[in-house]
Amino acid sequence: MNLWLALQDPNTQWVLAGCILLGISSGVLGCFAFLRGRSLMGDALAHAALPGVCLVYLLTGSKSIGLFLIGAGAAGLLATYCITSISRHSRIKEDTALALTLSVFFGIGIVLLTYIQHSASGNQSGLDKFLFGQAASLVSSDVTTMMIVSGALILLTILLFKEFTLLSFDAGFGRGLGFPMGFLDALLMLMLLMTVVIGLQAVGVVLVAAMLIAPAVTARYWTDKLSVMAVLSGLFGAFSGALGTLLSTQLENLPTGPTIVLAATCFFVISLLVSPRRGVLVRLIRFLRLRSKVLHEDVMQALYERMEEPHHLQAGSLTFGIEEHELAEKSGKSTAAVRKALRGLRRQGYVRAVDEASGHRRWTFTPEGLKKAHGLVLNQRLWDVYHMNEDRYASQHIDVNREELASQLSDETLAQMLEQLHAYNLTPKLNQHVPAASQLHPTNRGGLSV
Amino acid sequence: MNSLWIMLTGALVAASCGFLGCFLILRRMAMLGDAISHAILPGIVIAFLFSGSRETLPMLIGAAVVGLLTVFFVQLLHQSGVKSDAAIGVTFTALFSVGVVLVSLYAQQVDLDLDCVLYGEIAYVPWDTWEWGGMDMGPRAVWAVGGVFLISLLVVGLFFKQFKLCSFDPAMAAAVGIPVLLFHYLLMTLVSLTTVASFESVGAILVVAMLVVPGATAYLLTDRLHVMLFISMGIGVLCSVFGYMLASWLDSSIAGAMTAVSGVLFLLAFLFSPRHGVVAKAIAQRRVRVQNRQTKPASH
Repeated sequence: MNLWLALQDPNTQWVLAGCILLGISSGVLGCFAFLRGRSLMGDALAHAALPGVCLVYLLTGSKSIGLFLIGAGAAGLLATYCITSISRHSRIKEDTALALTLSVFFGIGIVLLTYIQHSASGNQSGLDKFLFGQAASLVSSDVTTMMIVSGALILLTILLFKEFTLLSFDAGFGRGLGFPMGFLDALLMLMLLMTVVIGLQAVGVVLVAAMLIAPAVTARYWTDKLSVMAVLSGLFGAFSGALGTLLSTQLENLPTGPTIVLAATCFFVISLLVSPRRGVLVRLIRFLRLRSKVLHEDVMQALYERMEEPHHLQAGSLTFGIEEHELAEKSGKSTAAVRKALRGLRRQGYVRAVDEASGHRRWTFTPEGLKKAHGLVLNQRLWDVYHMNEDRYASQHIDVNREELASQLSDETLAQMLEQLHAYNLTPKLNQHVPAASQLHPTNRGGLSV
Repeated sequence: MNSLWIMLTGALVAASCGFLGCFLILRRMAMLGDAISHAILPGIVIAFLFSGSRETLPMLIGAAVVGLLTVFFVQLLHQSGVKSDAAIGVTFTALFSVGVVLVSLYAQQVDLDLDCVLYGEIAYVPWDTWEWGGMDMGPRAVWAVGGVFLISLLVVGLFFKQFKLCSFDPAMAAAVGIPVLLFHYLLMTLVSLTTVASFESVGAILVVAMLVVPGATAYLLTDRLHVMLFISMGIGVLCSVFGYMLASWLDSSIAGAMTAVSGVLFLLAFLFSPRHGVVAKAIAQRRVRVQNRQTKPASH
């Protein structure tokens, strides 16, 4: 069927509207469930709904959605109560309690369902549609119910947004401010339950949890603000609903519920990979960059420190340079890594090769590189001095996570440290202007230009 | 005879699941068992499409591969900063959807009924027999589940010390040189194998019940791991027998009835366990209160 034709079909329009609404409300509420660490609660609630639905059918014999919602809601509440009381009153942990309640309720539901089917009271067909959902069977009255419920849920979320934010991040603080946190928690649970129940018909017991989890996790990748996250999550939910519905109209036999879930998963995987701040790719790039930066700095330090050694210095190392394998030995890296770093450094104009023609390639600094390496080595040694005498400098409020130390120090302390460096004979001896150690005096700030 | 076979299959399923479930519960990975049992669906369907038959071996392989993939994905997502419960939720629903879509798309080729996948058809087990050398060797499911049960008994028996230490103190286990991650994946492989061997009989979702409920019940009754393992297997057998009786009385799904019975057994343990039960705790509290009341006036 053509996509445009499919959209003209009023049936498809109802289904589409239903799935989009479901996506929005489950996306928004899923955010709070996600932040409260309750993502799998939706799964448990959905499974627990089955015996509720079956009992309602057994008792009333009708298949009205409204009654089913009430039955599913009651069973969900009971399941929530079971989960909390099992994990509170025994040594069984919450995850086991969750899995236990979920499966036992579902088992009872299956018993009731098969009992209904086998007792053959006629009009029982359609009950098992709750297992996998059948979005295609949504009709206007269902969508109206969904619209009312999800509208109310979204409105309530907007009204209580501040309270729910407090609940998600710092319930103890909220209690201190006098908010009824227990009541709000229960209310949030109830709202989750309503979302699950309206989702049952569209995507089914097993997959409705995905609608709560996937959009919220996806949105988390794009923002750090809860309000933005809730909006984004609603949008992702709506898009997956729409995409899943439209895709399933295009292919025969493609069930709507799982397709919606797969669409939501696709959004998640894409975000996981390419999100600008927490995405896997970005983090990989950042990691590689950091690694290459550290490698460059290590090689520069190794080169500097090799040159600085007295016998090299006397042999005029600044002019004749150092061989690659010596640098590898000094820095503890492989020769290949050192060579790669040196090539990168040459591109940046920090080092140059000497004697390239003779086969023994040796490396030395350009004036600019020497200045940079001097800064690096000095910074490294200042840190060493700081760590050796931490108690003495404890009053300085040094942020050990920052790279540079000198800029965090007062002139006085810096002078003190340089003097200490000199006493340890650790003052960097090579400098653009003063290439010999003897000329360096601690009071000229070690040649540091800060 | 048929009901005997059904009960035997059920008992084997429940015992082998309950046995492995103990470790899942101790390691707080009950929901991971849930995730695996859902997620193996695509593995089963793909094995089905490739082999074109309901042979047990391809299914076992397919399911084991997908089961391990699930664990791997969950761990990967967890490491990249997703909360572990959300990671489980995203992974298993996605894989389960893939499975449902595959079943629906290849409905003609795949002789798999979705209802059957969900809650199994243990009642048909006696008719699906395994013939070997022209001889009728009994139901195939009994052999499959029994075989997997033997494998997991063997593996856990051989490495009991390691599994025990990994369950209670993974950090310590790593410190004394046990490859914790390897045993983690080994356990998950066993869980996947058991799940797929059982799924024909009890369905993907009720496997979770068998994995979690007997173990949790046993956990309330004892403090010793090997006792817990035996109790959970015993409870599995009880579930099977009483579940079959309940199901034939109500004319309903046997697997569902087994789950319901296991729920009742858990409730009994939850209330009346001699050490960890609610009633025992209440009595102990009361005794302390009475003692306090008696000693207080004396102290004044």
